Amino acid sequence: MDLPTIQPRETSGCSAGSCGSNSSQMSGLSDDVRRRVQDHPCYSEEAHHHFARMHAAVAPACNIQCHYCNRKYDCANESRPGVVSELLTPEQAIKKTLAVAAAIPQMSVLGIAGPGDPLANPERTFATFRALAEKAPDIKLCVSTNGLALPECVEELAKHNIDHVTITINCLDPEVGAKIYPWIFWKNKRIFGKEAAAILIEQQQKGLEMLVAKGVLVKVNSVMIPGVNDEHLKEVSKVVKAKGAFLHNVMPLIAEAEHGTFYGVMGQRSPSPEELKALQDACEGDMNMMRHCRQCRADAVGLLGEDRGAEFTMDKVEAMNFDEDFLAEAMARRVALREQVAAEREAKHAKVHAPQPMGQAVITLHRPQKSALAGRPVLMAVAAKGGLINEHFGHAREFLVYEVTGAGAKLIGHRKTDLYCSGDDTCGEGESVLERTIRALSGCEVVLCSKIGYEPWGKLEAAGIQPNGEHPMEAIEPACIAVWNEMLKAGRLAPRQTEKQVA
Amino acid sequence: MALEIVESCVNCWACEPLCPSKAIVEAKPHFLIDADKCTECLGDFTDPQCATICPIEGAIVNELNEPLNPAGSLTGIPPARWAQVQREISAR
Repeated sequence: MDLPTIQPRETSGCSAGSCGSNSSQMSGLSDDVRRRVQDHPCYSEEAHHHFARMHAAVAPACNIQCHYCNRKYDCANESRPGVVSELLTPEQAIKKTLAVAAAIPQMSVLGIAGPGDPLANPERTFATFRALAEKAPDIKLCVSTNGLALPECVEELAKHNIDHVTITINCLDPEVGAKIYPWIFWKNKRIFGKEAAAILIEQQQKGLEMLVAKGVLVKVNSVMIPGVNDEHLKEVSKVVKAKGAFLHNVMPLIAEAEHGTFYGVMGQRSPSPEELKALQDACEGDMNMMRHCRQCRADAVGLLGEDRGAEFTMDKVEAMNFDEDFLAEAMARRVALREQVAAEREAKHAKVHAPQPMGQAVITLHRPQKSALAGRPVLMAVAAKGGLINEHFGHAREFLVYEVTGAGAKLIGHRKTDLYCSGDDTCGEGESVLERTIRALSGCEVVLCSKIGYEPWGKLEAAGIQPNGEHPMEAIEPACIAVWNEMLKAGRLAPRQTEKQVA
Repeated sequence: MALEIVESCVNCWACEPLCPSKAIVEAKPHFLIDADKCTECLGDFTDPQCATICPIEGAIVNELNEPLNPAGSLTGIPPARWAQVQREISAR
């Protein structure tokens, strides 16, 4: 059976904050690196509005234990790293990737991220890469690893034309590492404690250096664990940047008792969104920080923030016929879509930077008058897909959070409404979904969505979050800036006491 | 002498390529060790390789049915704490 081809949506995306020269995430990158990441949803904030990725769950074995991971866990309602519903053989993964890439022309990247460590399963991982490089040469291949086996795999990675590697580096100090990694499997022995952490750290750093020397793009992921490595990550950020990593992604620890992880069971808390942002800001100084990571499952399919894995089960995929015509047509659709996106981006870029056209409120908002800069920054949560404010408040599974001033709107993260679980509405502590959502939006003063019901409106207001449904189907950033300007006019953005100026 | 994989195995494949005797076989619902082939790695390695990489406490046992990785030995979670948390979760 054939899977239906999903027509690309109109690819209108975000606006100036992420597209133009004022994009903080991309601003430090060379043109070469920009070109290499422009279609990669995990590496480019702008690309994540337009392009989809797939994780092929071919790598079950792991060579280390992390305290935030539980190898027993497999839940269809969970969305977090290391969780999968169905382990694939390389043959199955190749077919599934080709099926997804034919049905979703936005698909630009195939990653192998687990559920164990891809490089602890080198045969399965490289068999998958080898076949896909041949059958879908336009799809970028990437891999995410803990780094223990990385140095011995660098040659092989380079040979398969893998142009992007993510290393999870949580520490440089074995004292810190011993609180994160209870053991590693190393040279036919299980090694514990500080000795294990020291070996892992050495391998990670060596792997990073070797990849950079080969010209492979390296992103570093770090898990922020309050009281364990939060302060230390500032040092990690400096060191990995100095060694040539092009992007640092600090992610919050996910730890709930029901996950059965060491941290979950022992009551280690996760960072608050405010703590995460503070650390990301502190690391940003001289580093490109990534703020749009969704901490995907190891079998995720689709745009970031959505998971369409259930549409591509192996029984459907196995029945498909992948002959040469099928593959060529699918690739042509992808290439056409990428060209369309590139053209739209270029047009938008030209528009943003062109002399100001008359009568277009959207554009004037990008060029605020000087007085508009007097207000303080405001966090706004946005229910959006594909760069547009197009989601009903109650249907949004996640909100993008922007820090907005008169000068621009900068994506600083996202908040999940279901707190990593989409199971029973009241699963956990008997808190309603609405209450949880409001809690997840803490720190935000405005929520923009296409529509919102009466009950949530009242509760959000009571919680100090102003709902706003006045910008449906508009691009995120101009709308945020417009709302900010309204707040400024209404006198709600007085500078904080300490910064108050005499009028 | 032979080791045995029991039902808590999560089929993660980590042990299979390490076995010097090729005694580990993929099976449903979980991997198995061919008792005729298993040597517990005597003569090949100091530690039996399957139990040395296995991430699941209790999943590999010896002929006396004793786990090579007892509860708490890999995760660091004290068994009493684990039991308490399980009670709290089921009481919700």
